[in-house]
Amino acid sequence: MLRGVIYRLLQAIPVVVIFAVLVFMLLQLLPGDPAVAIAGSEATPEAIDRIRTQLGLDRPLLEQLLSWFNRLAHGDFGKSLILNQSVVSAVVERLPVTLSLAFLSLMITLPAGISLGVLAAYWRNTWLDSFVMVTALLGVSMPSFWLGILSVILFSVTLGWLPPAGYVPITQGLWPWFSALIQPAVVLALFQIGFLARITRSAMLDVLDQDFIRTARAKGVDEWHTITKHAFRNTLIPVVTVTGIIISLLIGGSVVVEQVFALPGIGRLIVQGILARDYPLVQGTMLIFGFSFVMINVLVDIVYMLVDPRVRFG
Amino acid sequence: MQLNPRQRYRLLRKLARHRSFRIGFIIIAIMVLAALLAPIIAQYDPIAMRIRFRFRPPQAAFPFGTDQFGRDVFSRVVYGARLSLWIGLATALISGLIGAFLGVLSAQYRKFDALLMRVMDALMAVPAILLAIGLTAALGPHTSSVIIALSVAYIPRTARIVRGSALVTRELEFIEAARVAGASGLRIMLRHLLPNAMGPLLVQSTFVFAYAILAEAALSFLGVGPSPPTPSWGNIISEGRDHSVQAWWIMLFPGIAISLATLGMNLLGDGLRDVLDPRLKVET
Repeated sequence: MLRGVIYRLLQAIPVVVIFAVLVFMLLQLLPGDPAVAIAGSEATPEAIDRIRTQLGLDRPLLEQLLSWFNRLAHGDFGKSLILNQSVVSAVVERLPVTLSLAFLSLMITLPAGISLGVLAAYWRNTWLDSFVMVTALLGVSMPSFWLGILSVILFSVTLGWLPPAGYVPITQGLWPWFSALIQPAVVLALFQIGFLARITRSAMLDVLDQDFIRTARAKGVDEWHTITKHAFRNTLIPVVTVTGIIISLLIGGSVVVEQVFALPGIGRLIVQGILARDYPLVQGTMLIFGFSFVMINVLVDIVYMLVDPRVRFG
Repeated sequence: MQLNPRQRYRLLRKLARHRSFRIGFIIIAIMVLAALLAPIIAQYDPIAMRIRFRFRPPQAAFPFGTDQFGRDVFSRVVYGARLSLWIGLATALISGLIGAFLGVLSAQYRKFDALLMRVMDALMAVPAILLAIGLTAALGPHTSSVIIALSVAYIPRTARIVRGSALVTRELEFIEAARVAGASGLRIMLRHLLPNAMGPLLVQSTFVFAYAILAEAALSFLGVGPSPPTPSWGNIISEGRDHSVQAWWIMLFPGIAISLATLGMNLLGDGLRDVLDPRLKVET
């Protein structure tokens, strides 16, 4: 088991390295001179040169790459041009917002998605199954930002129940924090729930068709235990592997949702950086994202190894 | 899948009878038709501003109403359909072709596989939409940037699917027979691995199309996609957002359009998957 974990961690290293190189290359992708692109079209030649030396763009490519890795190893992810602070501190400031959103959303997604999928699978081909599946399909087809706007019109403007935008830290009270986040969290969760429900249903159907379920029923195990103890546990195995993807979709979706609900989170930071052409910020944030995801996926794989004894690499 | 004509016919018949597929097909067919016939259906120039007619609610002259510049929302949505469907199609085709190529190559040559899969994992290290945003930012707010960015985001996932299928095919006995008979690697790839991967590839491509529609809308909503005044479903919503209370129609109809298009493609994909192989995995 430990060998499997180590193997999995080692697998992650080349991925992280290649990813860092790709993010480094992002700046080189810019059509024309990166320094000009960052400085803007009205900048004076002195300003352009200043940016060039500041970002080390005048040095040979290999030297840039090596110094890039050197800085990363020391935890220096760059400095934002517009915010005038280090990328790390900008991200850390906004981390609680995005984490709160993701956490709340996940707490909604997992129970809802899994139970809907299980219900649909157990009562397959009934109206419940059709209803759940149609709802799930709609969930994955509707754009989250649009739903967000509609939700704000309904719940904030018309009914006045919830605030339309902004983030309230939990230190100012549980209800204010919750009421500000619940709309974005639900909107974000809808896609995930649809996705998870479809996959869970499919996994559960596979499990229910298996012989060991028939054996359990024939043995006389009551239906409730057959489902919860035997079927459900085995359904969770493929669901765990999908969790990494769910988290990935969640963070990806939060980029848009944070914009709609004006939440000062990391997603919004990236968009602001892109629109302001603050490439160091964009690069630094993408790196942080990338590293976090690789780590999350490693963790998901480890949990998978814990849960399914058949899968122990190495 | 190597099918003889009769098997192919049976498959197509099964597809035509599948309810989800039929519904999806009709929805997409109508949208494609509307997009192609845009110059005829749209009564007004989608870009021309006629301030006299601003904020008209949906009525006979303006089926979807007008926006803050007096532009006919219906015309804009129809032209937006052109853009979105084109981006979806291009993304699905490019990622499908390149992904299939890489996937088959990976399955055949193990050394290449080791390197390529690491690079693919690196590309999948961030959520697809984030990668797309980053790339579009670097390449500029053009339609082509969006297509390239989304394709790059989806090539790894498609390559994985094709590779998975090709690896399974490789283990089958007839491959060994072919190799013994002297078939070159290239021939094995083209004549055996690729055709057998067509099923999963097709299913994956329809879902890529669906996701590309959503992603493009999100990108234009954020302001990194095709820029105004070019109408894209995403930027119509973003422009109409500030007036969403008094002029709800600006924002409502493009959103419905996006949902319908994505729904249609998803239904098509579901139908294809059910007919070709109910156990196919899809990567998102």
